[in-house]
Amino acid sequence: MRLAVIGAGAVGSSVVELAADYGHSVTAFADSGSAVVDAAGIDTDAALERKRTDGAVGSVDPSEALSADYDALVEATPTTLGDAQPGFGHVEAALERDRHVVLANKGPVAERYADIRELERESAGRVLFEATVGGAMPVLSTIADFDPRHISAVRGVLNGTANFILSRMATEGLDYEHVLAEAQDLGVAEADPTFDVDGTDAALKGVIVANVLADDGTEYTLTDADVEGIQEITGSALELAREDGRTVRLVAEVVEGSVRVGPRLVPENAPLAVSGTRNIAQLETEHAGQLNISGRGAGGPETASAVLADVGRLE
Amino acid sequence: MSDSTDEVQSYTVRLELVDEPGELLRALEPIADNGGNLLSIFHERGNVTPRGHIPVEVDLEATPERFGGIVDALRDAGINVIQAGAEQYSEALTVVLTGHLVNTDLSDTLSRIHESSDATVTDLSLSAPAGTTDESSARIRLATEEGAVDRTMSAVRTVADEKDLRVIEPLAAGGDR
Repeated sequence: MRLAVIGAGAVGSSVVELAADYGHSVTAFADSGSAVVDAAGIDTDAALERKRTDGAVGSVDPSEALSADYDALVEATPTTLGDAQPGFGHVEAALERDRHVVLANKGPVAERYADIRELERESAGRVLFEATVGGAMPVLSTIADFDPRHISAVRGVLNGTANFILSRMATEGLDYEHVLAEAQDLGVAEADPTFDVDGTDAALKGVIVANVLADDGTEYTLTDADVEGIQEITGSALELAREDGRTVRLVAEVVEGSVRVGPRLVPENAPLAVSGTRNIAQLETEHAGQLNISGRGAGGPETASAVLADVGRLE
Repeated sequence: MSDSTDEVQSYTVRLELVDEPGELLRALEPIADNGGNLLSIFHERGNVTPRGHIPVEVDLEATPERFGGIVDALRDAGINVIQAGAEQYSEALTVVLTGHLVNTDLSDTLSRIHESSDATVTDLSLSAPAGTTDESSARIRLATEEGAVDRTMSAVRTVADEKDLRVIEPLAAGGDR
């Protein structure tokens, strides 16, 4: 497939880098200020090198990427809340041209799911968004395979930064501020870790799952989620949990139309008690019991593999 | 064993004893005499029922057949059996509360949870690393009736909200597996 990749952060860049390995070509690549377009396939190495050295992927206006020749648009710009722009506009532009869209950006499917589905109905293009939940893990495609009507609940540890902090706090007996600073030094936490530690990122993923599970067309957005972060978790609370064979994890839970994210007590040896930056999603299926999917929930190449898996599904 | 086809199961028996010397022993004898294996006894001395009785919770193992005999023997001995059986009083849930637990009267917090949900506090562990005037944490295990977990959790949330405490809740049963 010919791909137009919008967004040149870790995920977008990895998609560009790995596309050929998966048998696809990149005909357009844009960051926020520039683009490179070539119907015969761009020189991906040169574009990535230019991004590294000059901070721009190309020399033409970024809007040219949207009007380029492509089969699927990969939307990998940063997640925005509310109107989910500019990501939403990119999806709209692709669908209006009857092109497929693969999202790594959570905004459009977390905040404007009904609008996205409406645009998709009027288009010959499809919208897939495996990469928005659980990075490399095949969460949404597994839900689709099992049929959302046969899944009663989904719970998961869906933010690696928060999980790293909680598991470090528990094993090392350190307090929150200390571990957060360490996570920032290691590059596990961003300079502004707000969305990771206050539960927003996990909640967006929960909301996306709720949208997928809702078979009656109910639309969920971030405002429907009950969200609590991990900033207030103390070392002594973790210690009390540990004495009882438990630990604390930031769990996103989607059950019967409710989305809830917050620190929860889980047995130390339970599947949900993953450690470090690992993620896990646990599906309650109607006929097959519990299904656990665990793996890397973030990272450029990891998330790009989920994007490219979606591209493969569109072929 | 003659009844080897019957599997041994664990049961919880909730009794209310008259506050007199020897009552606890008198309540335990019928259990041992009828083939029950005592696992634990929780004697809530400080928690007197409205009728002036002392609640006691006994965990034991027995075959289902022998368990029936134990309950009969307890009642024959005039012991007040409030609830008996794994199916009736079987759910335990653990929560961790953090905040100004001591300043906001921890024992009042616990009795309010008990009063509004009928759950019994079976274990409490308090950690106050910075002294009792600062924030502290408590792990509380509550025993509640089958199906009453939601009611108990909502009682915990209500009291915690009022006293500005944070609750780290357990996952629903499914997530604990």
